[in-house]
Amino acid sequence: MDSTILLFLVQDGVTNGALYGLLGVATVLVFAVTRIIFVPQGEFVTYGALTLALLDTGRVPGTVWLLLGFGLVAFVIELWMSRHELDARRIGKEALAKIVLPCLIVAATFWLAPMKLPPWANLLLALAIVAPMGPYLYTIAFRPVAEASVLTLFIVAIGVHLSMQGLGLLFFGAEGLRATPLSSTSLPVGPLVITGQTLSIYALTLVSMAALTFFFNKPLFGKALRATAINRLGARLVGIRTSLSGSIAFVLAAIIGALTGALTAPMTTIYYDTGFIIGLKGFIAAIIGSLASYPLTVVAALVVGIAEAFASFFASQFKEVIVFTLIIPVLIWLSLSSHHVEEEE
Amino acid sequence: MSDATMKQKSGLSRRSMFFIVLTAILFAIPLIPGVPVYWITLLDNIGLAALVAIGLILLTGVGGMTSFGQATFCGFAAYTTAVLCAYHGFSPWISLFVAVAVTLVAAVILGIITVPLSGHYLPLGTLAWGIAIFYLFSKLDFLGRNDGITPVPPISIAGYQFFDSRSIFYVIWIFVIIAVLTTTNLLDSRTGRAIRALRGASGAAESFGVDTTRTKLVVFVYAAMLAAISGWLYAHVQRAVNPTPFGVGASIEYLFMAVAGGTGHPAAAIFGAAFVTLLKEILTRLLPFLFGGQAHYEEVVFGIVLVLILQKSRLGLWPLVEKLLPQPADPFIDRKAEALPVRTRPEPGSKILDLDTVRKQFQGLVAVNDVSFSIKAGEIVGLIGPNGAGKSTTFNLVTGTLPLTSGKIEFRGEPIHGLSPRQIAQRGIGRTFQHVKVLADMSVLDNVALGAHLRGSAGVASASLRLDRAEEARILAEAARQIERVGLGEHMHKQAGSLALGQLRILEIARALCLDPTLLLLDEPAAGLRHFEKQQLSELLRQLRSEGMTVLLVEHDMGFVMNLTDHIVVLDFGTKIAEGSPAVVSKHPAVIQAYLGADA
Repeated sequence: MDSTILLFLVQDGVTNGALYGLLGVATVLVFAVTRIIFVPQGEFVTYGALTLALLDTGRVPGTVWLLLGFGLVAFVIELWMSRHELDARRIGKEALAKIVLPCLIVAATFWLAPMKLPPWANLLLALAIVAPMGPYLYTIAFRPVAEASVLTLFIVAIGVHLSMQGLGLLFFGAEGLRATPLSSTSLPVGPLVITGQTLSIYALTLVSMAALTFFFNKPLFGKALRATAINRLGARLVGIRTSLSGSIAFVLAAIIGALTGALTAPMTTIYYDTGFIIGLKGFIAAIIGSLASYPLTVVAALVVGIAEAFASFFASQFKEVIVFTLIIPVLIWLSLSSHHVEEEE
Repeated sequence: MSDATMKQKSGLSRRSMFFIVLTAILFAIPLIPGVPVYWITLLDNIGLAALVAIGLILLTGVGGMTSFGQATFCGFAAYTTAVLCAYHGFSPWISLFVAVAVTLVAAVILGIITVPLSGHYLPLGTLAWGIAIFYLFSKLDFLGRNDGITPVPPISIAGYQFFDSRSIFYVIWIFVIIAVLTTTNLLDSRTGRAIRALRGASGAAESFGVDTTRTKLVVFVYAAMLAAISGWLYAHVQRAVNPTPFGVGASIEYLFMAVAGGTGHPAAAIFGAAFVTLLKEILTRLLPFLFGGQAHYEEVVFGIVLVLILQKSRLGLWPLVEKLLPQPADPFIDRKAEALPVRTRPEPGSKILDLDTVRKQFQGLVAVNDVSFSIKAGEIVGLIGPNGAGKSTTFNLVTGTLPLTSGKIEFRGEPIHGLSPRQIAQRGIGRTFQHVKVLADMSVLDNVALGAHLRGSAGVASASLRLDRAEEARILAEAARQIERVGLGEHMHKQAGSLALGQLRILEIARALCLDPTLLLLDEPAAGLRHFEKQQLSELLRQLRSEGMTVLLVEHDMGFVMNLTDHIVVLDFGTKIAEGSPAVVSKHPAVIQAYLGADA
């Protein structure tokens, strides 16, 4: 193995690691606010990637119907949960957010898709389609059980993952798609070639990490979000709207997921279940970051990415075995160093 | 009680009769002419899944450990038997033992890694090794990589080969029935109570001598064994193995069965297995018919149903079914059972507990500052002081929940500082908790019987095979005796969760008495009690003293302590400021100052 291969492996690992890092950061964000171990993070990746790929070909992606459906169900559930405090203003507000908004996005898609817009415009449209699904999903699946234990929420998340992956298959089919790159610039650095695409991934990862770290530590609003996870009742008593916190976390998670997908789609073929596999690696990074630290999650993601790159060079057969075994000693260490609180069901 | 005796003598409860009739009907189904093979195959699949789900219900529903790795254990056994039978010509019955042994070794190794994980780290850990081992199955050459191993010979007995669904039905369901019986027996035993305490009361269990880490490992391995039997059967029923049925997807499906079934009864597992298997079958046949196109739509509905069950009925669907069944009979209490052995009692008036310059520091804060006092056998001693005086910390030092910074604690002449709560319980110190720790969905009798854990020795094997009945009868008789001793006799068979707080505090005393303690430690026993309940508690403690019991209680309520105790130790800011009889202490200037302020 010479230094060129070494460099290639490191570059490959860092690029994948940056993607895992993005998803890991989103996983940490959702857990920090809602205590949900958000397994379906990867589905947003799939949805974002495939939506963008279809828009590239000038077709209307199936995700618009999903968006409409999610909005409608969320609207019904929202009204049902707040049925004792309903008035015309509230109903109007909810209808605007959960019915009118998706209808507008769907109409815009039908209008814009056949025009074959430039990649960056398609990216924005894909984000507009996927991002609102986050808060809708939160209302549908998680808000009715928001007070449940971490474990119950975890199993609910797995149910959501199953459904979303199945819906992905239903709306995109089993065949994989690829999108056109956002930029075709490339920068030769020694033997390596760094593309605009990978640079934008690095930039996005760093910006997300820094912004979330700042947001959760400094402004009052970030502290309020964190308080929600630590003690929901207490947070409510001091005037924090806990369901709003959850919705914000989910919209951010959906945006990060869809962006990750949109940036990956030009580099590799995305299938309906690709997002889940990428998401799992991000998930490992988030766990190594003990579901709390954004910088640590990104560092862990880079380690996972590089470990994976080297594993696929030396023992490609056992790449997954090695990556998933990595996490076990970390879990033991975290478990021993954290103070165990008996969680009563 | 005479009612219960009658039921026992007449043999079986109505609940048991119901299950026997149900089993008889099930076993008759393949014999009915005209029943399509398709139905029998479905029942076979339900049985195979039920074996895994029974273990998972014990692990998750009872023991509180959520596992995403059960399909992995099926895989260990299935691949072992496939390699042995397909490549090396072993008989399936011999390979059953090898397959179970291989899975046992794997389960012990994975269990040692997994069981100490706390909270949500545990399911995440199972997920990690579940995925890693799945990839291992699909990449190893000698396991046939993604293609797997085929053909695996069928099971045979005396030359008869179990080829078709009808004959294999009986093999599968006999294993299921055996699994239900052993698991039901296990839950209804000394180990079973320890397992049930893992979820929500493991702190209390440790204080009564349960090794919770070991108990978790036992449950983990037991569940893996049931999965192993299912995997072994699967290999010989399908006559082939490949990695797919042993992946995380399959494990999630088993977990879905456990969640759908819910609660702690093995029958719930069969119900959950049937629910999920049939739902899947209906969906895979119906949905493509409705929407056309590819399969996999069932995943969408699966996910939705799973979320709905957790939203609407977090305990699963079995409780809804169970309401319709005949109620189980109350357990039989054999009053003539030989009494459990008791410890030698200390000489009344001799020194039983001795604290010598005990100190506890939390970084800079001295919570307990070189406190010394001792307790004589047959006394009731009160440990009092204003908020933050270090009473609870002192209490926790004696019970072993916190380690000492320095000093010595001796119990009956033997040093006990540095021992674990479990070891301290073994030496005969029984305790109660400031925040009541009982299992709400367990009967009062079973809750109290947990206190006698150290006075029995029956393990998993003897409990599963019902060889523990003599010992169990003695434990239940002892528990019943203690329940009546504290005056809760009429509540014996109720669920503990239905009792009032005052009664629960009394229940905790009965549980502590079941340990056969020579020293009883009570942590704020009167907190939250009404006047009348406090009087009853005083009465009970006086009665225990008259029977020779030594009691140390931490208490806030001055009136309660003054009227009851023989001796009082007063702490303030971690330091002992006074000690003596209630009359002396109540006039002591330092005490008055501590309680009422400097000028009083």
